[in-house]
Amino acid sequence: MILAVASGKGGTGKTTVAVNLAACLPEPVRLLDCDVEEPNCHIFLKPEIHSSERFTLPFPTVDDNRCNGCGECSRICEYNAIVSLKSKPLVFPELCHGCGGCVEVCPEKAITESRREIGTIRSGTWRHVAFVEGLLDVGQTLSPPLIRAVKQHVGTGGITVIDCPPGTSCPVIAAVHKSDYVVLVSESSPFGLHDLALAVDTMRKLDLNFGVVINRAGPMDHRVADYCRKERIPILMEIPDERKAAEAYSRGLLLIESVPGFRKLFENLYRRILSESRRNPGSMQGDRRDVEGIA
Amino acid sequence: MKISISAQGPNPEALVDPRFGRAAQFLIYDTDTDSYEVLSNAESQDAFQGAGIKAAETISRHGARVLITGHCGPKAFSTLKAAGIEVVTGAEGLSVSQAVDKYRSGQFNAANSSDVRGHWQ
Repeated sequence: MILAVASGKGGTGKTTVAVNLAACLPEPVRLLDCDVEEPNCHIFLKPEIHSSERFTLPFPTVDDNRCNGCGECSRICEYNAIVSLKSKPLVFPELCHGCGGCVEVCPEKAITESRREIGTIRSGTWRHVAFVEGLLDVGQTLSPPLIRAVKQHVGTGGITVIDCPPGTSCPVIAAVHKSDYVVLVSESSPFGLHDLALAVDTMRKLDLNFGVVINRAGPMDHRVADYCRKERIPILMEIPDERKAAEAYSRGLLLIESVPGFRKLFENLYRRILSESRRNPGSMQGDRRDVEGIA
Repeated sequence: MKISISAQGPNPEALVDPRFGRAAQFLIYDTDTDSYEVLSNAESQDAFQGAGIKAAETISRHGARVLITGHCGPKAFSTLKAAGIEVVTGAEGLSVSQAVDKYRSGQFNAANSSDVRGHWQ
């Protein structure tokens, strides 16, 4: 089973949910940190890293002697990374997504692929949790290929927890793609609700099954809970707004090990996800599910 | 000779568009016939990246030998250079016809490099 933890808004607690959930799941469990622009699961799990490899993307190199300047490469490139002006094409590696289209269409077979490094993939373990993270190099912008490479470590059997990037654009789509269930972590604030609604729209468009975790839940602001009830989205867990939780987080500690009652919360979250994902295999479109269990 | 001008509107009275890659459109002035034609820049406007590269390709395929615009980034500049197109920047604030007159009277210098930075740099 693949569980993706996403959010819409940044800073709502994706990593907190991902690491604490992974840490209390039964073996075999894998945690993939796909927030490759700033992976931070390692701060809380402190895994022992066994291997570290550089990740590369292909980009075209043109053989001047073979190129006849026909411009087919330029026409197929959606990314404007190769441009032909009746002469040898110009290549802009930083714009290339590595799709290989230009290599395929070149009638003169003048294009071969070179590779450029854009990031690192590190693997290790923490107790019973297998850990993999992607780290995009500073100055690089193309995170989806690195995210997909990290997801090659999904493995078979057991549970894989994916810590996703924030937002609702390409990196998030790459991270949640093909997951069995998505946990959307939100906070009850105007920004939290606004971005949660965007994330909900995205998950519905992708036909993914999902539920919501409300972080820093307090008695003052009910807007996210109200929204979920109205949209018939299950609220999987509410993380209470407790000073002890904030202190543990600021020290890089797991909440399930340092705040009384939190292990129970996350064990219940896992059970709730299991029952939700079984109850609704497949689509949430035209959702008519009951609202049982919503606080 | 064809001179390409990034333009905010479809006629010579329109202001020069300060943007090159995302220009509203191009006007192509032909010195041989003393006439203007409109060249669409829709493909570059829709591009999610590399708009300047695409725009350079567009005007090059249309036979332009000179570009008059407001600003030009590094990728667009190297593409224009490879296409052998002379680049003139700093024409914002002028109308298209004023910019052409100023160029033809030799009051513009060709740019040696891009005058703005690329994205993410």
